[in-house]
Amino acid sequence: MLENNSVGLVAPQTAHFDTPLTLKSGAVLPQFDLVFETYGQLNADKSNAVLICHALSGNHHVAGKYHESDKNPGWWDNLVGPDKPLDTNKFFVIGLNNLGGCHGSTGASSINPATQQPWGSTFPVLTVEDWVNSQALLADYLGIEQLAAVVGGSLGGMQALQWTLSYPDRVKHGLVIASAPNLTAQNIAFNEVARQAIITDPEFHNGDYYAHGVVPRRGLRIARMLGHITYLSDDAMGAKFGRTLKNKVGNQLQYNFDVEFEMESYLRYQGDKFAGEFDANTYLRMTRALDYFDPALNYDGDLSKALANVKAQFLVVSFTSDWRFSPARSREIVKALLDNELTVSYAEVTAAHGHDAFLMPDPHYHAILRSYLNKIDVNNTKLRGVV
Amino acid sequence: MNQSVQINADLTAFRHDFAIIASWLPFGAKVLDLGCGDGTLLQYLKASLEVRGYGVEKDDANWLAGMSRGVNIIQMDLEAGLSGFEDQSFDTVILSQTLQAMHNTEKIVQEMLRVGREAIVTFPNFGYWRNRYQILGGRMPVSEDLPYQWYDTPNVHLCTINDFDQFCTNSHIQIKERLVLTNNSPVTFLPNLFGSLAMYRLKSNL
Repeated sequence: MLENNSVGLVAPQTAHFDTPLTLKSGAVLPQFDLVFETYGQLNADKSNAVLICHALSGNHHVAGKYHESDKNPGWWDNLVGPDKPLDTNKFFVIGLNNLGGCHGSTGASSINPATQQPWGSTFPVLTVEDWVNSQALLADYLGIEQLAAVVGGSLGGMQALQWTLSYPDRVKHGLVIASAPNLTAQNIAFNEVARQAIITDPEFHNGDYYAHGVVPRRGLRIARMLGHITYLSDDAMGAKFGRTLKNKVGNQLQYNFDVEFEMESYLRYQGDKFAGEFDANTYLRMTRALDYFDPALNYDGDLSKALANVKAQFLVVSFTSDWRFSPARSREIVKALLDNELTVSYAEVTAAHGHDAFLMPDPHYHAILRSYLNKIDVNNTKLRGVV
Repeated sequence: MNQSVQINADLTAFRHDFAIIASWLPFGAKVLDLGCGDGTLLQYLKASLEVRGYGVEKDDANWLAGMSRGVNIIQMDLEAGLSGFEDQSFDTVILSQTLQAMHNTEKIVQEMLRVGREAIVTFPNFGYWRNRYQILGGRMPVSEDLPYQWYDTPNVHLCTINDFDQFCTNSHIQIKERLVLTNNSPVTFLPNLFGSLAMYRLKSNL
């Protein structure tokens, strides 16, 4: 069943690019595909396009369903649709699978045309800048000169910010949600543990597991379990699972290492599910892109200087219980935008869900996005750099 | 166009204090409005003076109201100071009828003059005769300007005009202008007795 404010049934499309893409690392992708979906109608002057950038494990399927009987809609279906906060009656919304992804865009599991073998370990390490460059090519492909907005949470927020840096004249509004101007040491540490879980899995085969007909399931599973712990707050976990036992009958303990607590059951379920559908090489590259993102690096760590050429207007949103991308990190972005006298609003949402809150349909959070997106004028393509 | 003129006229009719604040700002000024509430003042200043402005507000409902008025709002608690703002980065920092609700009163005024080249502070004058009269009657004042009961009020640092004058002297703050209003009209005779709303234009002497 489709709700009446759903974008309805959708289908992915593929854009093929034949021009070689030079990456920040110096590596060159000779050709590549980007798989994407769109919702709503592009208006006559192509001024109502909104790009949604996904986070670590996301993809192009942002909203709607593939079949009437689809159990799950796209990953941000609660945000995108007719009369939803990101209103597809007004906006033409684009979701894509990032380069290096494992949902149809060219990645490590794709065939390298030079060898006719999966890229595997030879697929280059990508950066947020590379993704934004490839997204700009997708905008070209769709005939869109300027995006009304780029929206993203977490790693997606980094891409939204990078858009305003890399293409100051091609994006009017950046919506940077639950994000950060770079990762903290603690965050890099979590990523490293996740990567080590994958890399030390005997079935990883240095990234060339495709040829062996295996996948490093165990590593990917542990990486995902670790991730899930950090996306939730202590309070949210306590409220959802507490110390509840899986086998509630008589509160009988088993005195072994099988699933004893609901918390364990949840992590194992999430880990198994993820390991069955996600590519380990993609996971490695997504986390690396997170680690490397640091626009202030070449400006002596001064984010305000790094943002000197930015023209877009901004909405920055953080969540009080998000300890992985804390409000303090969002406030760093806000300060740098203020230092450049850019138009910015900042909301700090009181939420219990931790980092995952950015995907939740919290009424106040959605009201914030709705009120900001409402004021975006899609009929006027002129940039207004200052307040 | 017509709409902004309409808004402008509507607001001046009700808020003489807004018009005075506007008269203390240059056209196109860069303004920070602390405790901006639903953004009415900033909306008025944008419409009348084309100020480039940001409001600071901690309340969720006010955030949404301000956004719908087209105001830029930074959600934060003023009690934590203004560390997200650079020294002398604004022409004027405004604290409109919020001073009395601040815990860190001294700090926020210092912060305003660090971030702004000038500051505008307005507050209900506790020395107003109607307040004194209610206290003489043995009760805490409750009025249009001070609408709260003593047990349920955000106001923690009420002061009189004389108190604030003294505070400025002690804190090396120069009072560039001071205006006192009662029922939207200026009061010059015994302002600490006959004025209900005090308005100060401040500059640092340091």
